[in-house]
Amino acid sequence: MSVQTYSPREFHRQAHDALGNPQIRANFRRAMDGLMDKRRDVFSDWDVETLRELGANIRLRALARLPDLLEQLEANCEANGIKVHWATDGDEACEIVRDICDRHGAKAVIKGKSMVSEEMHLNAHLEAAGIEALESDLGEYLVQLNEQTPSHIIMPAIHLNTDEISDILHDKTGTERTRDVDTMTAAARAQLRERFMAADVGISGVNFAVAETGTLCLVENEGNGRMTTTVPPVHVAVTGIEKVVEHLRDVPPLYALLTRSATGQNVTTYFNMINAPRQKGEHDGPKEVHLVLVDNGRSNIYQDDELLDTLRCIRCGACMNHCPVYSRVGGHAYGTTYPGPIGSILMPHLIGLEDTQDLPSASSLCGACGEVCPVKIPIPDLLVRLRKEAVGEGRGNVPGAGAKRNRKELAAWKSWQWAATHPGVWRSGLMMAGKLRALVPAKFAPWTDCRTLPQPAKTSLHALVKRHQSKEEQQ
Amino acid sequence: MTPIKHYPPKPQKVYFYATCLIDVFYPGAGLDAIRLLEREGIEVVFPKDQTCCGQPAYTSGYHDEARSVALAQLALFPEPWPIVVPSGSCGGMLRVHYPTLLADTPEAATAQDVAARTFELTEFLLHVCHVRLKDLGEPEQVAMHTSCSARREMGLGDTAPALLAQLGHVELVEQARTTECCGFGGTFAVRHPEISGAMVEDKVDAIEATGARQFITSDCGCLMNINGNAEYRQKAVQGEHIASYLWRRTS
Repeated sequence: MSVQTYSPREFHRQAHDALGNPQIRANFRRAMDGLMDKRRDVFSDWDVETLRELGANIRLRALARLPDLLEQLEANCEANGIKVHWATDGDEACEIVRDICDRHGAKAVIKGKSMVSEEMHLNAHLEAAGIEALESDLGEYLVQLNEQTPSHIIMPAIHLNTDEISDILHDKTGTERTRDVDTMTAAARAQLRERFMAADVGISGVNFAVAETGTLCLVENEGNGRMTTTVPPVHVAVTGIEKVVEHLRDVPPLYALLTRSATGQNVTTYFNMINAPRQKGEHDGPKEVHLVLVDNGRSNIYQDDELLDTLRCIRCGACMNHCPVYSRVGGHAYGTTYPGPIGSILMPHLIGLEDTQDLPSASSLCGACGEVCPVKIPIPDLLVRLRKEAVGEGRGNVPGAGAKRNRKELAAWKSWQWAATHPGVWRSGLMMAGKLRALVPAKFAPWTDCRTLPQPAKTSLHALVKRHQSKEEQQ
Repeated sequence: MTPIKHYPPKPQKVYFYATCLIDVFYPGAGLDAIRLLEREGIEVVFPKDQTCCGQPAYTSGYHDEARSVALAQLALFPEPWPIVVPSGSCGGMLRVHYPTLLADTPEAATAQDVAARTFELTEFLLHVCHVRLKDLGEPEQVAMHTSCSARREMGLGDTAPALLAQLGHVELVEQARTTECCGFGGTFAVRHPEISGAMVEDKVDAIEATGARQFITSDCGCLMNINGNAEYRQKAVQGEHIASYLWRRTS
């Protein structure tokens, strides 16, 4: 199966294609408008700022003690009977999962939704090892059937509308064409049900890993997470190392923020808390539970006192829902596992600035993302920081730092700096601009591709003020 | 908790930091802002060595160059008077970003001081001058586009609409997605022109759909962007800086 691929290096072309695709534009516009309305409505009775402050502080407290909490999590999970594995990068994590599968002679695995597994390219890795990995989240299932990758971290198939979904289900599974959502959902549910029963291993993500109890929390709406983690004889949970929280009591505020920020829900249909494999006398649940803790660049982010705020993220997707860029180009244009604002501040660390150099600049810095972030990540500031790293004026500790260094652009900024620090030169420039205004070209691409260009005024404000003041003195 | 800004009493003198876009393209708006302040009995000092706040280089990642320019601007405000800026974007640069940009320089304390004395024009007229505007114009509808820096960086989503609300014959109409960015974003408009173009087109359409022919903004970046697209597509909507609009209707 060849998955339709996008690359962050092709951001400009992919954005161009998306902008010119009325179907994509309409699907995202409608979906993002709906999600923004839902979030606003569900928070209307809440003191959302106080809750965000609490969420931010819980995450900061956890990050401040991250190494200790991870060891505590490991100890408590092991004490509960959950086997803990550590992976430096995505490949190592994939190998750990494959080893577990091999040990059980697994040929088919069923997956709950997990962005970390996307980041690791787990499906491709397992497939190469002869293990079939099937996505059980409805959106992920559709995207997988359509040989695509998710276009949103919470709603992977948000780029598709009802008709397109009907076509996919018809073409790939023989389901009768319909516009009725319930009929389609029921069909997919029936198809997946059989696969749950046949799966050798269930693979899930983790929303919160509680250090003090060794509990893995999983937030979901479809029950596929519950099935994935209880029906197959083996459950493997994969997660980034930043998902740990200190106390069980830290979970309710984060959960309250997550569901409301993500989908505008007060609660999700399912909230799973996984403590241990099947115990003596229990009739269901997996016989083995594994937790794979994936670093994949996160420790490096953690070394920087500013960038570590990136690790607060609880993956709600509100930043992309509210982003005027994401809502126009959609998730695939970014060409990265995590699209939108969070992707633009996270992906450079995961795959380097050589490939992602156009992403931090793909924002007008309007601040909508930072305004809605449930854990108050200063996303615009981090975008600026990564722009600085990209042009080589930062601390140089992000992979690929300096990749966007450009002698011509630097020379332009140096000239601007010189003029702006020599007021006499600046004023002469203003005067020249006023005198030569007729020479300003009518076309000044790319600005004038969709706008007119204003002419410099005949008289600058500097000159007007001088006149204004001398008039006052005369009076 | 979000801190609540404590506003000073109305001063006798202020510095006026005009911004480079006003200096070059919209000097009339700058002069109208000065007149509005003078009408409140305030002496307006225009430091003639002002150039650019440094924001375009700052948001492009060229912080060494931006820092040098920012340091030159800091020296313009030796007296303890408020600094009034007719732009949320440049105002945000002085108030929010100067302290971090200059944190590790000998001028760190000056940057903090300048940040604390910086006010956006509509904020200053409303909360420091406590202006009472008397509308002398004909009845009309206007739409307002508040810049993202004014709204989110400086927390001033309400000040310009509050001033417009004082104009008895002006009806403020709200466009769809009123808080959404117009797509300017400084160098963003040049680095990602197609995305920026899609954003400004939607903004113009949203303003046009209100039926208002006139829109007001307090930032010349947005003004240049939205007006430029409206004119390019020969739309009837026309924008104006709030300083000019307020002066025009009350003088």
